[in-house]
Amino acid sequence: MSNDTKHNDADVGTTGHEWDGIEELNNPMPRWWVWCFYLTIIWGIGYAIAYPAWPLINGATKGLLGYSTRAEVARDIARVDAANADLVDRLTTVDLTTIRDDAELHGFAVNAGASIFAANCSQCHGRGAAGVQAGGYPNLLDDAWLWGGEIEDIAFTVTHGIRNEQSPDSRYSQMPAFGKDGLLMDDEIESLAHFVLSLSGRDHDADLASEGAPLFMDNCAACHGDAGEGMIEIGAPNLSDAIWLYGGSFDDITTSIHNARFGVMPAWAEEFRAAGGLTPAEVNAVAAYVHQLGSTQ
Amino acid sequence: MEKPGKPAMPANATGVGDRPRKRTFLDKHQIIERNASLLLVGSLLVVSIGGIVEIAPLFYLENTIEEVEGMRPYSPLELTGREIYVREGCYTCHSQMIRPMRDEVERYGHYSLAAESMYDHPHQWGSKRTGPDLARVGGRYSDAWHVDHLKDPQSVVPESIMPPYAYLADTMITAEYTQDLVKAHAAVGVPYTDEMIENAAADFIAQADPFSDWDDLVERYPGAQVRNFDDAPGISEMDALVAYLQMLGTLVDFSTFTPVASR
Repeated sequence: MSNDTKHNDADVGTTGHEWDGIEELNNPMPRWWVWCFYLTIIWGIGYAIAYPAWPLINGATKGLLGYSTRAEVARDIARVDAANADLVDRLTTVDLTTIRDDAELHGFAVNAGASIFAANCSQCHGRGAAGVQAGGYPNLLDDAWLWGGEIEDIAFTVTHGIRNEQSPDSRYSQMPAFGKDGLLMDDEIESLAHFVLSLSGRDHDADLASEGAPLFMDNCAACHGDAGEGMIEIGAPNLSDAIWLYGGSFDDITTSIHNARFGVMPAWAEEFRAAGGLTPAEVNAVAAYVHQLGSTQ
Repeated sequence: MEKPGKPAMPANATGVGDRPRKRTFLDKHQIIERNASLLLVGSLLVVSIGGIVEIAPLFYLENTIEEVEGMRPYSPLELTGREIYVREGCYTCHSQMIRPMRDEVERYGHYSLAAESMYDHPHQWGSKRTGPDLARVGGRYSDAWHVDHLKDPQSVVPESIMPPYAYLADTMITAEYTQDLVKAHAAVGVPYTDEMIENAAADFIAQADPFSDWDDLVERYPGAQVRNFDDAPGISEMDALVAYLQMLGTLVDFSTFTPVASR
């Protein structure tokens, strides 16, 4: 073992540990570190006094500041509600048909509606409201409306939804499954599909279509109209335009006639939902947003 | 000067700077530092106290889980769907915990209550949201949407990065192990009654068939939704998972619930 150990910190001394001639200096902790350490202890004690902390027999200590997460979120919501109270009141009671006359209210409604749409509606109708092509999720940008494109129709659809179990007033129509339930034979469905193709001027077999015409009158015209123009009152789609919710190919139409389609939209008004439903003002807002997207009605 | 039995302070040890070193109370920690077993015991003691103070009160404090109306154990089909949810690791991207903050409440609905996951073993709160929170996803979308979305998420949400789970629709499940599953959850504290356990398999089958005799099922599990969830014959994993998703967050009616602000 050498005794010529040299270090510049002779003042500090060593801890007395020594391994193979290597000694450990006994430097004190830096003062700034020590003070930070003491400060954290003081801060911890102060925090435990000011905020809810120690569990006791019936509950935790409340803390001098009386902080509560629930109270804070309620306060946050109340603050925003108060700031918008005037606009929200007007939006709740507004006659939707004249909402466009009030530029301030309409602007508020469209902007609020856009964020409501993004959170709740975009999953099915798409972020840009274009729906899912041929997927059964309607495009809201065109001016084709299954259940009506007037702003009050849209508000009703948002409130009650379509074919759901939540609202007793949900919009409801049920096309028979002509093939599955044996109402029509496969060859009849084929000719009927050709006739439906002919309604919108698509490529079709004229002979089969003429065979399908009387079948259409007997089975389909009651709801879809003699010329296949549809009927908004009962949600029967227009078959004579180029817009096809479930696809307009021969195969798609055949499948629709065979199985029928049964699209469902939830009811969004708060009275039909356990939590997270839309208030009347929010329903009006999202209706105003959707209406200005693609409705000329 | 040194008491016997104590490690000797080196003669050349000094205090801070050029002050002479004094022995203080804090020097006693050398005893712990130089005795590994004592250090281990001491560490365990400190950690245990922390654990006891934080965890033990949860078992006796009355306000840990407030009582709310509507909560019930999962029906057998929902419970099976929940097992699939856990198996597929949905919790790695989806949380089930709406935090009490305005932005979350505005987007997802009322913040989650402890009672709403009281029958979850294990809970699915999660803390990472690659996808949205699912605590209140029930009833937000149609069954058909869930089926389309699980089979091919991008078909309905093009910007989604969720992987497809199409095989759920092709994987049929029987009621063979349903009763065992319910028993397992009863064993860890979910209050399934003997009647529920006895009828587990029958309830499992009944919930996926709207033409079944499901009155007893709904009586045992109020609010249970009875449908053919995937609109395809038989009971597939898709049926079970959609049944579970469609009931999430729907049991407590918040129009009749007033939160106690002090909790």
